[in-house]
Amino acid sequence: MSESTQVTSRAGAPPRGQAQAPGRRVRRQWIVAGVLLAAAIYAPFQLVPFHVFQLTMVLVYAVALLGLNVLVGHAGQISLGHGAFFAAGAYAAAIMMFHWELPYLATLPVAAAVAFLLGLVLGVPAMRLRGLYLALVTLAIAIFLVPLLKRFEEVTGGSMGLSLAKPAPPAWSGLAEDQWLYFLALAVAVAAFLLAAGLLRSRVGRALHAVRDNEIAAEVMGVRLSYYKTLAFAWSAMFAGVAGCVYTWVIGFVSPDSFPVTLSITLLAGIVVGGLGSLSGPVLGALFVMFVPSLSQDINEAAPGVIFGLLIIAVMYVAPTGLAGLAGRAANSLKKTLRKG
Amino acid sequence: MRFTAIGRTAVTATLVIAAAACGGRGETGEGQATTSAAQGQCQGQQTTGITDTTLKLGGIYPLSGPASAYGDIPKGIKAYFDYVNAEKGGIDGRKVELVVRDDGYQPPKAVEEARRLVEQEQVFALFQTLGTPSTTATWDYTNQRKVPQVFVATGASQWGTDTEHPWTIGWQPNYVSEARVYAQYLKTEKPGAKVAVLYQNDDFGEDLFGGFKRAIEGTDVTVVAEQSYEVTDPSIEPQMRNLAESGADVFLNVTTPKFGSQALAADAKNTKWNPLHIVNNVAASVTVLKPVGFENVQGVVSSSYYKDPNDPQWADDAEMKLYKEKMAQYAPGADPNIPYHTFGWAVASSFHKALEAAPCKTREGLMESVRNLNNVQVDMLLPGVTMQTSADDAFPIESMQLMEFKGERWEVFGEVIDTRKEFGPLSN
Repeated sequence: MSESTQVTSRAGAPPRGQAQAPGRRVRRQWIVAGVLLAAAIYAPFQLVPFHVFQLTMVLVYAVALLGLNVLVGHAGQISLGHGAFFAAGAYAAAIMMFHWELPYLATLPVAAAVAFLLGLVLGVPAMRLRGLYLALVTLAIAIFLVPLLKRFEEVTGGSMGLSLAKPAPPAWSGLAEDQWLYFLALAVAVAAFLLAAGLLRSRVGRALHAVRDNEIAAEVMGVRLSYYKTLAFAWSAMFAGVAGCVYTWVIGFVSPDSFPVTLSITLLAGIVVGGLGSLSGPVLGALFVMFVPSLSQDINEAAPGVIFGLLIIAVMYVAPTGLAGLAGRAANSLKKTLRKG
Repeated sequence: MRFTAIGRTAVTATLVIAAAACGGRGETGEGQATTSAAQGQCQGQQTTGITDTTLKLGGIYPLSGPASAYGDIPKGIKAYFDYVNAEKGGIDGRKVELVVRDDGYQPPKAVEEARRLVEQEQVFALFQTLGTPSTTATWDYTNQRKVPQVFVATGASQWGTDTEHPWTIGWQPNYVSEARVYAQYLKTEKPGAKVAVLYQNDDFGEDLFGGFKRAIEGTDVTVVAEQSYEVTDPSIEPQMRNLAESGADVFLNVTTPKFGSQALAADAKNTKWNPLHIVNNVAASVTVLKPVGFENVQGVVSSSYYKDPNDPQWADDAEMKLYKEKMAQYAPGADPNIPYHTFGWAVASSFHKALEAAPCKTREGLMESVRNLNNVQVDMLLPGVTMQTSADDAFPIESMQLMEFKGERWEVFGEVIDTRKEFGPLSN
């Protein structure tokens, strides 16, 4: 357990230079994380299946955003094509379950590996390109994917997609299907968060931060830019692939139309709104991605897209550092007011 | 007081969970409040979402995204139900409430919205999901929950040929039936026809083209050239050049709107090749033909099954007059001349008839009724086109009439072709 304790302490730690009493912080974060997890475990027994399903999707998006956060928030690269990695994981799982009838749990590591390799290969352009040029290349990946999936009909099911049976809860658990799927997603999400936190506080994480902050300085310090940029892509793609795999379990259906270019854009918007570079950003971003579109539909049935866009603008205006930064900013301003008073 | 990242997440998540937890699992059991117990022969059947005075339906359409043109359909449906509620006292005294949700033509959104409608809104039935992908993504769920998913707005033939999803049924003529109509026309009017085919490389294109190939088997009509394209292709010029070289005397245009108008334009431009041009119903809207120029599409053939609001032939038709009047009254701002509105009106009145005919106003009763439609007349459908289903036939509409483009509009001609009669029942 010591590892996760350390992980949470580091991940939530403020930027260096702000001295803190480490022991107390660790303890408090440990408690908060525990409470949070307990609430997450308790939730499905309290909620109706529809809400459990929604929370499951939030977890799926959170894992995908976690990957994007590694790439965009920590390594300072950009990807407009993360929907493609998400789709790669989803299709890898679906094809294994559909054609080879593998048990669903076996698909998770394979989906992760497929997405990792794909990220590694597609990360090559990232070594040479920067900013807008990189964005365009990654966007091309997302655009390219849909027709590609339609081509290999024997394998991918063409534009009809593949319909799969959802994982059935084991009899001993006594859970309903939606609850079982939720716990699967929760387990994967927790593991993914621990892995990401561990990754970011390791050598790799420090190297990524150096690349983000100043490439030339990083290179002078002995960080191999090409290696770490490609690696960031690969890790990031792996998380997206894992999310895609869980997505396949939860939805039980994949088709090219499930992964349009807008998915990639929405994911990027989600992580920016949630808060780049913070560990809570992916969760907040996932909540945003999941709930705001349907919320905006409730506001105006005719043009949900417009409302969604306006809400993104509003959030970015009020909270330029994302939702994760908003609470901190609010607390700071409250503190200032209290001091003055 | 200092918030850490995790602390913030905790607060937010706790708030969300607390907010969501307001409806506990035990509290919102399946169908209370909106339920009336079924009695007599209907005893024990599901009555969620229906009472003696109310009926709640849910529909999922792409109101946003690339396919948002179809978002006009629910406007026609709503206008119909508003009219029935206000002036006819609802369906058998039940006021209809239609909850429309947007899936942006994305299957995962459709799944979410289907669950919202069924579990949260407690609808009686899903009255239309639009598009083959969204319907495929949701039908396992609706059938597992035994929720009717009726008159889905897609022409794929699987809604009728499949036997594992008894709670899902289509409405409009499926693509295979449409292909049969063209085959029948060529067999009788153009014996020995040499056909060149352009088709979209997906389930839609293959359903229609495959149906056509099966329908001309054993006749002297032959396919001499075929070319496919992807939805993402920028242009179909090369395909059209290859088809023109075949020297075919019939061109079958199996496309979606954008490519439909490209193919029409390419055909018009090539003065050396002048085949009989048949364009499928999906791409036969006047809005597709207009950019090509009406003078270039004279004599193009297609088929239809419901009345075109732009056709002066129906100007004095009672149902068309009623439709235009009630659209103006209940959907002001929506142009009644857009055929999608007419489609919505037609499918809503079909639902009205089907539910009226059901002896049991239950979910089971509705499915029983839509699977036993006996030559049901719907006034917005072309005269002679009726709804017919039976134990081994799950396609409500399988008749179509050919139409030819003359002047600035389509004109129906010939008899209504009943593909059931000509080709027998459709199965896998």
